[in-house]
Amino acid sequence: MTTRIDTRFAELKSQGRAAFVTYVMAGDPDPATSLEIVKALPKSGADVIELGIPFTDPMADGPSIQAAGLRALKVGMTLKKTLELVRSFRKDDNVTPLVLMGYYNPIYIYGVDKFLADAKTSGVDGLIIVDLPPEEDDELCIPALKAGLNFIRLATPTTDEKRLPAVLANTSGFVYYVSIAGITGAAAADANAVGEAVARIKRHTGLPICVGFGIRTPEAARAIAEKADGSVVGTALVDALKNSLDAEGRATAKTVNAVAELTAALAQGVKGAQQAAE
Amino acid sequence: MNIAKPNSYRSGPDERGHFGIFGGRFVAETLMPLILDLEQAYTAAKADPAFQAEMNGYLKNYVGRPSPLYFAERLTEHLGGAKIYLKREELNHTGSHKVNNVLGQIMLARRMGKKRIIAETGAGQHGVATATLCARFGLQCVVYMGAVDVERQQPNVIRMEMLGAKVMPVQSGTRTLKDAMNEALRDWVTNVHNTFYCIGTVAGPHPYPTLVRDFQSIIGNETKAQMQEIEGRLPDSLVACIGGGSNAMGLFHPFLDDPSVEIFGVEAAGHGLTQLHAASIAGGRPGVLHGNRTYLLMDADGQIQDAHSISAGLDYPGIGPEHSWLHEVGRVNYLSATDDEALAAFQLLSKLEGIIPALEPAHAIAKVMELAPKRPRDHLMVVNLSGRGDKDVPQVGDILRGKSK
Repeated sequence: MTTRIDTRFAELKSQGRAAFVTYVMAGDPDPATSLEIVKALPKSGADVIELGIPFTDPMADGPSIQAAGLRALKVGMTLKKTLELVRSFRKDDNVTPLVLMGYYNPIYIYGVDKFLADAKTSGVDGLIIVDLPPEEDDELCIPALKAGLNFIRLATPTTDEKRLPAVLANTSGFVYYVSIAGITGAAAADANAVGEAVARIKRHTGLPICVGFGIRTPEAARAIAEKADGSVVGTALVDALKNSLDAEGRATAKTVNAVAELTAALAQGVKGAQQAAE
Repeated sequence: MNIAKPNSYRSGPDERGHFGIFGGRFVAETLMPLILDLEQAYTAAKADPAFQAEMNGYLKNYVGRPSPLYFAERLTEHLGGAKIYLKREELNHTGSHKVNNVLGQIMLARRMGKKRIIAETGAGQHGVATATLCARFGLQCVVYMGAVDVERQQPNVIRMEMLGAKVMPVQSGTRTLKDAMNEALRDWVTNVHNTFYCIGTVAGPHPYPTLVRDFQSIIGNETKAQMQEIEGRLPDSLVACIGGGSNAMGLFHPFLDDPSVEIFGVEAAGHGLTQLHAASIAGGRPGVLHGNRTYLLMDADGQIQDAHSISAGLDYPGIGPEHSWLHEVGRVNYLSATDDEALAAFQLLSKLEGIIPALEPAHAIAKVMELAPKRPRDHLMVVNLSGRGDKDVPQVGDILRGKSK
């Protein structure tokens, strides 16, 4: 089965360039503005969208994304409304791959089978669930693959050679390499170390490798795009959004543009990358 | 739900860390290799007689074990029913049962060559125990504590700092124990190469619920031997308070396969079960948080809800996964006590026995006040007095003065 993710990476490969993957939190700062932001991402140069599912206890996220989730929850965002947001987005865009990223509990409580069916019909292409390592594949990964969704796994600097095959076994769509041991928005990744890690993972899989955590600027996005199949930026976009809000944390006339402009600048960085010949 | 009764209640978890549907390893990939290492190190340590011998030495001469099993004569007379024994865990060095587990984990950390220890704490008892053993073994210690708890448990904050630990007040979320655990997990993900996470209760990803239970089982094993010596038989019932549930699991586990022993866990009902509380089994349902599947307080969307208890150590919206399983198979009865009931029990025990309990075991005493009068005089009831109340004296003093005005 081919998803929008597979199609998009095949296109990019034929163009000889890396993907620019953007992350924003669903419902931040409110559902209507969030939908406008998600719609603006592909128009500003995003190749793949990761949409965060808000959760009260995001154990692998730094302060920026924690706060984004709490802003969304405060205005009543839920997993159900997140799927509605995707459905609305799909009315105008049937090609840009969209991946939901978050934690397992809201999905478990929604009901795995019902969630997968609703995600598929809403137009979700893949899932990144931070607290589901391969040891818990029976929970969601295997059912998701059966439902025709990609299950994108995180590989990290602590994932050694012995463990990589298990991590990659049921991964599809792409591999998300977490460039540092840490939480989102923490220290910047060293491009050379990332290059070595990507080469190491590529010895085990033909899937595209996207790299995230610690990438904030067009220059950094470009440096990573020269070493990998995609650069992922999240915290920097969430920070740009936050800086556009009023004192009460509400959207202003500047909010959608603030995210769109940074997306465009980052996309230029990624597109300027000279990819290493394969 | 129809749940098969197992042949033994003491054989769990399975090799993937499951107690029935509960438990598991729901953690980020960054932590997974470390959790597997820990499991391996623990399995090796358990099989090493030198590990147990060294631990026994510290338990005797540093912690002060065995803790007494004390007949609470005046409480028994006052309640007019069951013969009540207190398992005196509050007499341990550092003032609670927490030290039993911390000693075991610090010795494991030393075997694994880890020099930096992190911990989460609610009431500060686990933080103090961790800071104490880090001082004893010359290890760096960082303790995460919700900012709300830093305020209400000042004496323990000062103790931890005197012991050389760094106390990090956590400002995120509800600023209590759950957020302290989130922040400790974030630290661990970041410093995974040199850091050992010393979890304070029978929760978290496998193998923590098992290893904490094993280190705490000394409570139940001693109780069994002591009761045999004093009364020549098994107790008839056990009562313990439950936040995450480590003091309860430590007392209960050695008795799970003794069918004549009734077992009661007491959750914190806060302002009452229809209002803000911390009783995950009474008011929650199965979900996934902090590395395990267990009973949690949450809303219809799976968002974790704020817990409330007068006792910082019970102020947590979850419970250890083995307790969730023991609830579902019906081996343990889970009850709850409100803030007011715990306060009344706190005062009663202080005045009748000259023992000021921590607010946490005061919840257990509160249910003893209900259970004991309904039982015959030859009924032997053991309560785990898991901690002493020194840390709560300022908070309870303020509340009582406020009330008497």
